[in-house]
Amino acid sequence: MSLLKLNNIEKRYPGVKALDGVDFQLREGEVHALLGENGAGKSTLVKVMTGALQGDGGSMTYRGEPLRLKSTAQAQSVGISTVYQEVNLLPNLSVAQNLYLGREPKKFGLIDWKRIREQSREVLKRFALDIDVTQPLSSYSVAIQQLVAIARGVDMSAKVLVLDEPTASLDSDEVEQLFGVMRELRDQGIGIVFITHFLDQVYAVSDRITVLRSGCLVGEFETAKLPREELVGHMLGKELQAQAHRAQERDERATGEPLLEMDQVAVRGSLQPTSMTVRRGEAVGLAGLLGSGRSEVCRAVFGVDKKSSGKLKFSGRERSFRKPAEAIEAGLALCPEDRKASGIVGPLSIRENIALAVQARRGWWRPMSRAEQQELADRFIAELQIATPDADKPIEQLSGGNQQKVILARWLATNPELLVLDEPTRGVDIGAHAEILKLIKKLCGEGMSLLVTSSELEELVAFSDRVAVMRDRKKVAEIEGEDISENNIMQAIAEA
Amino acid sequence: MNNLQPAAAKEQPVSPAGPRGLLPPLNGRYLWPLLGLVLLLAINLVLAPEFFQIKIVDGRLYGSLIDVLNRSAPVALLAIGMTLVIATGGIDLSVGATMAIAGAVCANMLVGGVDSIFLIVAGGMAIGILIGAVNGSLVSFLGIQPIVATLILMVAGRGIAQLINSGQIVTFQNEAFTFIGTGSVLGVPFPIVLVLIVFAAVQLLMRKTALGLFVESVGCNAGASHYLGVNARAVKMMVYCIAGLCAAFAGMIAAADIQGSDANNAGLWLELDAILAVVIGGASLMGGRFSLVLSLVGVLIIQCLSTTIIMSGVPPKYNLVIKALVVIFVLLLQSPRFQAQIGALIALARSRNNKSVGERAEA
Amino acid sequence: MMNSRFTSLYVTGGLFVLLFLAGSLQFDHFGSTRVVANLFTDNAFLAITAIGMTFVIISGGIDLSVGAVIALTGVACGVLIGQAGLHPLVVFPLVLIGGGLFGATMGALIHYYKLQPFIVTLAGMFLARGLATILSDKSVPIDHSFYDAVADFGAFLPGDAWVGASTLILALVVAGAVVLAHYSRLGGYIYALGGNAQSAQLMGVPVARTTISIYAISGFLSALAGIVYSFYTFSGYSLAAVGMELDAIAAVVIGGTLLTGGSGYVIGTLIGVLIMGIIQTYISFDGTLNSWWTKIVIGLLLFAFIAMQRLLTARASKEMAHA
Repeated sequence: MSLLKLNNIEKRYPGVKALDGVDFQLREGEVHALLGENGAGKSTLVKVMTGALQGDGGSMTYRGEPLRLKSTAQAQSVGISTVYQEVNLLPNLSVAQNLYLGREPKKFGLIDWKRIREQSREVLKRFALDIDVTQPLSSYSVAIQQLVAIARGVDMSAKVLVLDEPTASLDSDEVEQLFGVMRELRDQGIGIVFITHFLDQVYAVSDRITVLRSGCLVGEFETAKLPREELVGHMLGKELQAQAHRAQERDERATGEPLLEMDQVAVRGSLQPTSMTVRRGEAVGLAGLLGSGRSEVCRAVFGVDKKSSGKLKFSGRERSFRKPAEAIEAGLALCPEDRKASGIVGPLSIRENIALAVQARRGWWRPMSRAEQQELADRFIAELQIATPDADKPIEQLSGGNQQKVILARWLATNPELLVLDEPTRGVDIGAHAEILKLIKKLCGEGMSLLVTSSELEELVAFSDRVAVMRDRKKVAEIEGEDISENNIMQAIAEA
Repeated sequence: MNNLQPAAAKEQPVSPAGPRGLLPPLNGRYLWPLLGLVLLLAINLVLAPEFFQIKIVDGRLYGSLIDVLNRSAPVALLAIGMTLVIATGGIDLSVGATMAIAGAVCANMLVGGVDSIFLIVAGGMAIGILIGAVNGSLVSFLGIQPIVATLILMVAGRGIAQLINSGQIVTFQNEAFTFIGTGSVLGVPFPIVLVLIVFAAVQLLMRKTALGLFVESVGCNAGASHYLGVNARAVKMMVYCIAGLCAAFAGMIAAADIQGSDANNAGLWLELDAILAVVIGGASLMGGRFSLVLSLVGVLIIQCLSTTIIMSGVPPKYNLVIKALVVIFVLLLQSPRFQAQIGALIALARSRNNKSVGERAEA
Repeated sequence: MMNSRFTSLYVTGGLFVLLFLAGSLQFDHFGSTRVVANLFTDNAFLAITAIGMTFVIISGGIDLSVGAVIALTGVACGVLIGQAGLHPLVVFPLVLIGGGLFGATMGALIHYYKLQPFIVTLAGMFLARGLATILSDKSVPIDHSFYDAVADFGAFLPGDAWVGASTLILALVVAGAVVLAHYSRLGGYIYALGGNAQSAQLMGVPVARTTISIYAISGFLSALAGIVYSFYTFSGYSLAAVGMELDAIAAVVIGGTLLTGGSGYVIGTLIGVLIMGIIQTYISFDGTLNSWWTKIVIGLLLFAFIAMQRLLTARASKEMAHA
């Protein structure tokens, strides 16, 4: 029986249509995986169904009745609970307090701690958790915190449980434990919406799958009847073709010495030991689904995350970058994935944003004069066709695509030996998208070494000399030369 | 101060995040604080035209205006340092206590028989920088919140100053040092000259080296600055040291003014005035773009306000309440929600007007 | 495993015992019930204020207006009792409600206009002191038989230890604050807000109501402290309790409350106040040490506690990352 039904949901943001007439149906007693790449609209849909956002159009029915959600609190009260990736409980409060915050049983007007503790133990027993409920939540592992969050939701008589990437920071045993709980809850008739980046987990635990792409519904599938390759194809918007041809012919380029050599580089908690090489004048693509470890490779190379083991050589010298400044000094550059948080310096002008990296490298005492900054900015505004009346506009007032071009300009100005681009075309309008792609190809042509991640296989095929495929936080395949095709990459991503 | 403005006017006025749309597009961020100051001066002009009279007696300038400038010198110095600290998203509560310590150090050097004025001033400056370095280390290396880190010296600093003074008010007679507080250069009282010198020096340091750009970058987006390779620790260290140095100068003025070091009262609560001045100047306590000129305008607004209150015949005891109300008003003006509410009110009034105009037209 | 929640509380308690023992071994008459009783009597108003501050800081805020509210309360009492001739029992409820409303207004500004507590309460500090100055810029004597009765109210415990009205009021406040912190929903909400305001909101904590309540409590307790303060001085003065906010914040931090919010105890704050008191007692017993050592020692203690908290939280987050 249908438990929660979303019909024709629409949600617009200025300039973007985040959800375009999406349907979603959750049955009683099922685990329903919700999948999609960046910008697919998953998180928006989740927010709509949990009351954190109101859709601009469409309707919802809950257990056969029409439902209008105005807040997460209202969603919780009718029985729709959410557990987020970053556990949204309070680490400073005890486990018992977290379970009963705001609905504590009272005795003589005072909170009845004895009863809370007993009930907490009782509730957690259902989840096979035997822990000291008086300890602060922060003294337990993320896995246990997740289970406590689920327990809170279930105990608040949840009928619908939305698990938003609950497994992102769990190890395999913990994932198993979580799946055990999920199956048990499903058997009790609870409907679970499961959002994850791990395909293995989708096949391990889910009954049905809904795939979104670019704000539209791709389809709803029975997990057991959907082959992996097809699922990946749906997510990436590519059909497997019989003929595996490269999208474009491209010139063979002479590649030189190894520039970047990663030997079993790992980062605790985010990257499994991974080896990879980028040669001089070579463009290496990093393929994989969201959360597969693509960005983690970029961050480890650039010294944002400290590697916990393995060796990294750059320009033939063994290096261990402790912070980006050291990587920049050595000749690296990184356009980060999260442009707003780690890329742009919002209120500062385009000119200053372009000059900053060069200036940081030069230090305090060798300032660029305003004229120098202006010249640099004007040059790149012309070269990269940044759409702006002048270089003094604050970068936060530009469109996403133009912001990205400014960030690219910033790094090109430093003349890097290796340019790392983490999803350079994400959240960028079509026009700028094409131009950024053209620029990448031009840089390839000029012999710059590039390491580029992208969710769009077409892009990777277009410019990569080699494609490293990531899955589950480690490299699982490397495709070279003639073999580079969307089909081959997809297969490598999907392989079990 | 007009002659110094071009240096700051170079940076393009950027409209603050808030008033966009609500206020006329020409606003810039210089408009409101300057408008406030001009308004206050205009009120003074109406109330007491003699406010603007400047006399020259014995080669020295006298007059209410000069008085306002002279009296605001210590806060102006503190505000210069505070502006930079706030631009990085920090705050420095210890500058008042730093004034007391610097005054105590100088006074004791004087009493202890150090003759060289250069040594004495250098001693005061060194202690200011040292205190700034302590604050800076707590913030950038231990990662303690600025408000908490500088609270330590705000509490302990006065005790240290009293320790240096052995609990006494240490008085001294020294013409060279007293000059800092009461002397004049070309008729201009020396405290004003000192403010101008420090302002020019800090402005040059910020705008003629890359430091100013880095300060704003760290304050606007610490995460992106890290990716850019900006050394945020060094930047923070630097601004706290500058704040300490500015406080030391202010402390020397205070000590020279009374020819003695009063550990209990020198610079008492001035850190709060300095923070207020920076906020009235339109800076966000979250950090970001800064303008030394605007902070100085903020200082003048605070000082003129007291003078205006006295001139308008309101008893001076209303001073604090009016100051508090001005601060609350300025804070509300900067709050996006308040702007939206006012905007809605204006829109409502306008639509009513239009409607009544329309009705009249029909009639 | 030692219960890490209470680590800072143990440190604070241990420090107090240590200081008391050190004083007792060094000086005659130090280790007496009388010294202890005086600690409570002399610091009751500070403790009451600091307990209000504890809630503010646990929630992740700060209240700089408390000293000024104490002064304003004192002056208001002076004017209403001393000059207008009202009975204290009529005046007290008025000023208590006034203090609460004053705090509530600041809380509302902080919440609804997303202003920083630091700067809002700083303006509140100016406003309260300004109002006090307007009411009277001179000290207003309070001469009322009720005040005499309050001064005489109390009993001697063995060892010449006087337990008076202010100590009793403090005891009531402590009891009430403990109940509020640990046996009421509001208490849970306050801790929740300091833990993570966003999570708290997602978990259904009424953020607006909680924020306003927190500052109202602080304002109310400051007003109460102002009344207690007037019991000592028999007067109200607009420049009374200058800088008290710093002492209160210091006591809260020394009492083991995390300045970043989310954790802390009322009892810890009480011990923090007693530690500050005992340092003063020690210095006055010693006779050769000067009063400024109080500030320096408190500064050092502040540093030690802040550094300790920093290390503890850093270790905790590291453990989390490795878990």
